[in-house]
Formats: sequence, C-alpha cells, structure tokens
Amino acid sequence: MTRPLAEVFAAARAEGRSALIGYLPAGFPSEAGAVALINAMVESGVDIVEVGLPYSDPLMDGPDIQAAVDIALRGGATTDVVLDTVARVAESGASAVVMSYWNPIERYGVERFAGRLAAAGGQGVITPDLTPEEAGPWIDATTTHGMDRIFLVAPSSTDTRIATVAAVTSGFLYAASTMGVTGARTEVSSAAPELVGRARALTDLPIAVGLGVSTGAQARDVASYADGVIVGSAFVRRILQAPDLDAAVAAVRSLAEELAAGVRGR
Amino acid sequence: MAIDSVPPDAHALPGHFGPYGGRFVPEALTAALDELDAAFEAALADPAFTTELADLERTYTGRPNPLTPALRFGELCGGARIYLKREDLNHTGSHKINNVLGQSLLTRRMGKARVIAETGAGQHGVATATAAALMGLECTVYMGLEDTRRQALNVARMKLLGAEVVPVTAGSQTLKDAINEAMRDWVTTVDRTHYVLGTVTGPAPFPRMVRHFHEVIGREAREQVLAAEGRLPDAVVACVGGGSNAIGLFSGFIDDPEVQLRGYEAGGEGVATGRHASRFAAGSPGVLHGARTYVMQDEWGQTLPSHSISAGLDYPGVGPEHSWLHDTGRAVYEPVDDAEAMEAFAALCRTEGIIPAIESAHALAGAMRLGRELGPEALIIVNLSGRGDKDVETAARWFGIELGES
Repeated sequence: MTRPLAEVFAAARAEGRSALIGYLPAGFPSEAGAVALINAMVESGVDIVEVGLPYSDPLMDGPDIQAAVDIALRGGATTDVVLDTVARVAESGASAVVMSYWNPIERYGVERFAGRLAAAGGQGVITPDLTPEEAGPWIDATTTHGMDRIFLVAPSSTDTRIATVAAVTSGFLYAASTMGVTGARTEVSSAAPELVGRARALTDLPIAVGLGVSTGAQARDVASYADGVIVGSAFVRRILQAPDLDAAVAAVRSLAEELAAGVRGR
Repeated sequence: MAIDSVPPDAHALPGHFGPYGGRFVPEALTAALDELDAAFEAALADPAFTTELADLERTYTGRPNPLTPALRFGELCGGARIYLKREDLNHTGSHKINNVLGQSLLTRRMGKARVIAETGAGQHGVATATAAALMGLECTVYMGLEDTRRQALNVARMKLLGAEVVPVTAGSQTLKDAINEAMRDWVTTVDRTHYVLGTVTGPAPFPRMVRHFHEVIGREAREQVLAAEGRLPDAVVACVGGGSNAIGLFSGFIDDPEVQLRGYEAGGEGVATGRHASRFAAGSPGVLHGARTYVMQDEWGQTLPSHSISAGLDYPGVGPEHSWLHDTGRAVYEPVDDAEAMEAFAALCRTEGIIPAIESAHALAGAMRLGRELGPEALIIVNLSGRGDKDVETAARWFGIELGES
C-alpha cells in the first residue's frame, strides 16, 4: 500500500532528513523501461516518484527533458500509459504523483483524470502551468478523489502570491529554485533558500525544492533548508547517455543512492 | 462543447473572453505578467503615452495608410465593391509594426533593456528588430529552422537591423516551437527582458494589449469607408493566424451588428488531408501557450502539427477572443486552402498591381468567395495585412517562374 505524501514527509522528518523526489517521464525510453527505471529509483532511496506526462509543448522544460519526452511521445506514451505506469509503480509500494502540463488533463476531463489516478493508486498531481485562478474545477475534482494538488512558487513570487498558491496546495509546495527551465546546473540558485524561508513563514506545508539539483552535494545543501529535494533532468540525462536499458538502470541506481545519501546529510 | 475544467463564472474573470483566454503559465512568469498588466494600464491612463505612440505611427510607420478601392479585383469578387486596408504600406511591410511600437514603448517604461520575439513568416521579427533599433534595445528573435529557410530574406533583414536570430530546432521547427523557445528565454531572463509577443494569443494581458495596439486599423478603416461611401461596409475580411490583424480590423466594427466579421484561416492542402492550420474547422477548445482557445490537438491533448504555404498562418492555436467571437457567432471563420489563396494572390497582382503577402492572400480569397455570395451591391473591406516581397520566391516556385531567367 502506498503512503500519502504527508506521511512520507513526516517519516523523513522523523528521521531528521529531507525526502527525495525523483522525476521520470512515462514511456521513456519505453513503457516497460520507464517502470524498470522508476522501480530502480525507489529501491535506491527515492521516496516519492514524479511520473511525467509527456506533452508536445513542454515550455518549462530544458533540452534533456524535451528530448526524453519526444522519445516517449514517438513511442506512443498516452495519458492512459501514464496512468498504467502509476499503477505499476504504486503496486510496488512507492508513492507516486503525476507531473503534467494542463492541456492533457483538461482534454482527458479533470473529473475523469482525478478519478482514474486515484484508482491507479496515485497520490497527487503537480501542475506547473495551472494557476490558482484557473483551478476551481480541478480543486473540486482532486478533493472529491483525495488527490493532492501540488502548485509551484518561484523566486519572483510575492509573499501575497505565495500565500494564494499555498492556500490551494496540498501534499507539498513545489519551490522552483531558479528563474528558468528544468535542467541540471552546476550550482543551485542562491534564490532557493530565500524563497523557502519566505514560504515557511506563510505555510505549514512541506516545501520541496526543484530545478537544477543534480548531485549528492547539491542535495545535501538543499536538504539543509528544504523538506524535499526534487531531481529530474539529472536522471534523464544519465538515461539519455546510457547505451542500453541495463546501463540506464545502473546509472539511475547510482545517482539515486548518491542523492539519498545527500538528503541524509552524508 | 462542454469543458468540465472551466469555472462557470469564467467570463467574469479579468483576461477572459467567455471561457477563453486566462493565464496558464509557470508561476515564475506571474510577476512579470502582473508587471506588464500594470504598465499597460498606467500607459493607457497616461496621455503622454498615447501621444508618443500616435506620433510614431504618423512619422515612423506612415499612418494613416490608405483605404484603396480595388475596382478591377472587385470584378473577380462577383462585382462587389472592394476596399483594401493598406497595412502593407506600413514601414516594415505589415501590420505587425503597430503592436511592436506599442510594446517597445512599454518596455522602455518598465525599464527593461532587452526584447525577445518569436516569428513565423519573419514579419513580426523584422518589426521587433526595427523597433529595438529605433529605441536602442537589445533584440533576440526565435524562429523555427524550417521558417528560417523559407523566409531567408527576413532573416537577413533582422540581422541587418542588429538582432540576433536563433533558429529553433525543436518539435516541428515552426512558429509554435519558436514561441516555446521564446517563453523559455523569458522565464530565465524576465528581470531585464520583455517578451514582445506578436499576436493576440498567449497569457493575459497579451491578447487584450496586442488588440489595443492594432485597433488603429479598425478605427482608420471605419472613418475612411464612411468618408468614401457614406455608409458602413457589409463585411470586413481578414486572414487569421494568431489573429492580430483580424482583431484590429474587426474592432472598428464589432459593435455594428449589420457588419459581418469574416476570418479566413489556412486550409493548407485541404482540411480533409489533415495538413492545414484550420483551428475552427478541425480543432477544439484546449490550452496552448498560456491561454484557453481553439487548438489543433489529438484525443490526448497533444498539439497537432499545422501546415500552410504561408508561414504566418502556420500555427495550431488562435487568439482567445476569436474563439469567443466564433462561439457567439459574431464572427464567422472559414478555411482557405493553399491553391485558393495563391489564385487570389495572382489575381490581386494582375488586377491591381499589388503583390500581397501570402497570409493576406487568404483574406483576398475569402473576399472573392464572399463577394460572389453577396453580389454586386456588397461593400467589403479586406485587410491587406502585409506585402508580398518576402514571398516572391515561394510564389515563383508555385507558379513555375524560373528565378534568374531574363
């Protein structure tokens, strides 16, 4: 049985560490390949899996995730494939959320999507381009089906805005560490601790930091002030560089272990 | 069709047109859009801004441009009386300059030093590069790789004007992907950069703001037709890619229910072939590039590639206000395919001595259709949104004219 996000964060906190959140798109490099890679992540210390819903116009994503999503779409990764992937990940006991741009959810039907995700054993959805102003029916549907709604804040968000976003968010608040798109960076922006500090004063939600984290050392640094560390592009890049699926699984394991040590301050 | 994700009171929200429009953007852009909205409102309330823009329109763009009677072309439109609104005579060769001058003035008011833009046919990129040179702003233009090939002349123009042109190799390598890339730049550099979006799409306040800067088209056309004919036209006609030239012309007549508003979208190789850019004929409501609007998409909400002989109409989305005008029936949209547009292109060249942009040729084809339907008593204004210099190579190829032949 998969655990709700609140429990995952509480358990990590009880261990005196941050939660590790790993992203991979469904269907990348294939439907079965993605499941194998995600399972490897979870076995190697990832606490929450973000299953990406591949979308044709990923305008918040950098080149690595764009390339991965292209491969997934060409391989036929539909919304139903994403939900199946969540179901298989949840069967193995991992807590899974979907990360999706808004149009595929709207097209699927918000009520239907929230219901199917709940049935698949998912815990919630990250919606990077949905604003609270447009989210009314989504809030109703996710409430009905007990799905967490994860919205984002950014360094440019005012305190008023952070409060508005946090008021409709559940599970955890996603703090984008930098003004920019996804992608591994050599340094995590100095804006991140400032943003997390401001958000702390405005909400009791766990706060996870994403964008730009790619190494154990960066994870350790972010874990010193955030409740969760989100890593996506660094996993994707290693898979893109791997010659085959076995090598990709090995690369994912080694990175997940490094990051898991990082969030434990090691 | 019912959309279960639309709040029932959506039309009451700012930045919406009925259920369409709104803001679907990464949170990092919210502050910039709020800043832009505030700067736009402040500018509207400031007579100095209006005066400065009007002066530039007169002394730089060359406004007002004429409303030209097209008598010989009218004979091919069922004998209807046709007038051409001559946006092609503006500096830089299209209506795009209207919006760009307004947004560049706003950029200066916001204290930003750099502008970026997307471009399809290159007209908006050229206009942005022009305004950036005029106002001393840095300029980067994103253009799909395929478009840089079919509009090589405009790439050279932008470079001559001092802009950096970035070919976009992602996705379908056309306008849609250029917008994605411009958005990615903007989210990274927003503290010193303004994104001069080139049409009435995108997140609020872009659709309303870009429309405002093009309303001059409709204002002039209305005044000019009343002076020439003593009455309002029966119809006003424009091509619709994102829909900025159309909304500019329509805005002058939208409150006159007796004036038909007609928009013509790209039918490409024919709507039935799937290779087209007909959002209303073959799309459905969805969210693309920050707004809810009609989108060409598959059953999963993935954007479908668009096709048109005209790079400027080759876009799978459309301005949200057009979606609302479509649903309410106030405006009527029809596809015009490549062949019909090129027939109208040739017709205008031969009857009036005016080479239109291929985008505008779609509106001319619409006028030929509509004139034959309405008959010789009809009075129709066609927005000649741009000139065809950039399209000479494409047209020569279409008509089998060998370049370099003497």
